[in-house]
Amino acid sequence: MNRRTFCAVTAVLSLTVASAAGAQQASWGPGADDTAFATMLQASFRNAGRVTVERLKQDETQAFCSDPQLATSKAAAKQAEAIEAANLASVKWPSDGKWLGDWKSGERIAQSGRGLTWTDSPTQASGGNCYNCHQIDAKEISHGTIGPSLHQYRKLKGGTEQVMRETWAKIYNSKSSNACSNMPRAGHMGILKETELQDIMALLLDPESPVNK
Amino acid sequence: MNARLAAALVAALAAVAVFGGARAQDKDDTAKGIEAYREALKDGNPAELFEMAGEELWNKPAGPKNASLQGCDLGLGPGKVEGAFAQLPRYFADTDKVQDVESRLLTCMSALQGIDTQEYVDARFGTPKKNDLIALATYISGASKDKPVAVTLAHPKARQMYELGKRMFFFQAGPHDFSCATCHGEEGRRIRMQDLPNIMTKEGAAAGWTSWPAYRVSSGQMWSMQWRLNDCFRQQRFPEPIYASDMTVALSMYMAANANGSTVATPGIKR
Ligand code: HEC
Ligand code: HEC
Repeated sequence: MNRRTFCAVTAVLSLTVASAAGAQQASWGPGADDTAFATMLQASFRNAGRVTVERLKQDETQAFCSDPQLATSKAAAKQAEAIEAANLASVKWPSDGKWLGDWKSGERIAQSGRGLTWTDSPTQASGGNCYNCHQIDAKEISHGTIGPSLHQYRKLKGGTEQVMRETWAKIYNSKSSNACSNMPRAGHMGILKETELQDIMALLLDPESPVNK
Repeated sequence: MNARLAAALVAALAAVAVFGGARAQDKDDTAKGIEAYREALKDGNPAELFEMAGEELWNKPAGPKNASLQGCDLGLGPGKVEGAFAQLPRYFADTDKVQDVESRLLTCMSALQGIDTQEYVDARFGTPKKNDLIALATYISGASKDKPVAVTLAHPKARQMYELGKRMFFFQAGPHDFSCATCHGEEGRRIRMQDLPNIMTKEGAAAGWTSWPAYRVSSGQMWSMQWRLNDCFRQQRFPEPIYASDMTVALSMYMAANANGSTVATPGIKR
């Protein structure tokens, strides 16, 4: 499934599924006051810079994960699997067959949290935001804790073809292995380019990277 | 604010300014800087200047009707400011809407003073019109300091706002798939060095709700909750929330009701 079709699926669709699954029976909340919510959403935001209200349109993954009670329920396990499969199918593998680029450049990308906000200029390159959520190079102590530590990544995971593949898939589209991961889909959403993904991969998986020292 | 405090504050701010980049090497300086400014603020908070300015604006006749805001009903009756903030957002019969302090101020400015509030809605944060609103909100919130948060969901529209706010809290969209819950839905998480309250719990909601409006040392600005939310939506890579729009009030209702029973600590001081 490509991104266009992905985006065309709206919140309402998954909410129908939600009530079908019977996980939610509140008089308010998802499934009960969809019109009020949609109306309020539409009336409460405006375009700013290059960020338009188009961004409020959810794809199927976002809609599913916006109802955490449902998303984590047994009733929705099959649906979560289907969402992971669709996200995995969207992963584009490196076109030149190379997993690893330049870890030094990867470190810069991992450090940067810039890009895609209404105060960023359209020419601002997007960063990976990685340090905002992860420990990576231990020298950087100003790191977030929303995600697990990635320090010593290759030492702990190894550098096999399978690890390369899994890590690429995780960074390209985090939802390929965890339907409602809190991690952004850097490749799928076009936040990072292929060469930037290769550089980030090197930061985690190049034996010379300080992450693995 | 006296001269001694002002001087101490300037020194403290200079130390804290280093924090801007939040780099590892600066961490010790940062801790010292924060300590120094806490020390300097013991007998005063720059927010007090905004409180005083807000009180003046409240009492001063203005607008086409040349009227003050003294007749404004913040929920406890016309002109009653003390304790009103602790019960906001709340349902107002005259507008048939749930309103937070800032949207209610717009209603009063329009009704009592005859002001076209659209200009205030559209004005950018940090410009004089928004600063006036924030000063007013700071004055009003200060008059509830140390009172318990006591928001009621008894009216169906109040309950609905809470539920819509809760739903918005989990609403993911945009290029990063972020919702409020991505950053504020778990215990003990951080972005870089910044602690993130878990707003789904009473303690987390209290940490997030009860100290705004707050003076932000890093930017030297007084921020209201509307501004705080605006900047979180920016980081969330969402489009810009319209000032005092229903969705922002709904989110405030969700946070305030979750924080019920905790103590109002405005005006606050933040990083
Ligand atoms: C908003 C927070 C966030 C951001 C930004 C983020 N991640 Fe993650 N990441 C997570 C979370 C949460 C997990 C664990 C859950 C999961 O695996 O989906 C995770 C998991 C991972 C894993 C799998 C770890 C393992 O042991 O299996 C890798 C690899 C990873 N992230 C790399 C990155 C890289 C590289 C970046 C920057 C391009 C990044 N992340 C940005 C939150 C984030
Ligand atoms: C990408 C991460 C991110 C998202 C998404 C986000 N926030 Fe925040 N939020 C932050 C950070 C970081 C801070 C602390 C800023 C600081 O310390 O200067 C913060 C601070 C706050 C505070 C003040 C907390 C305090 O201790 O005073 C509130 C309240 C808040 N956010 C509410 C929200 C709401 C509601 C949403 C959804 C509309 C949201 N945030 C979305 C990152 C985020």
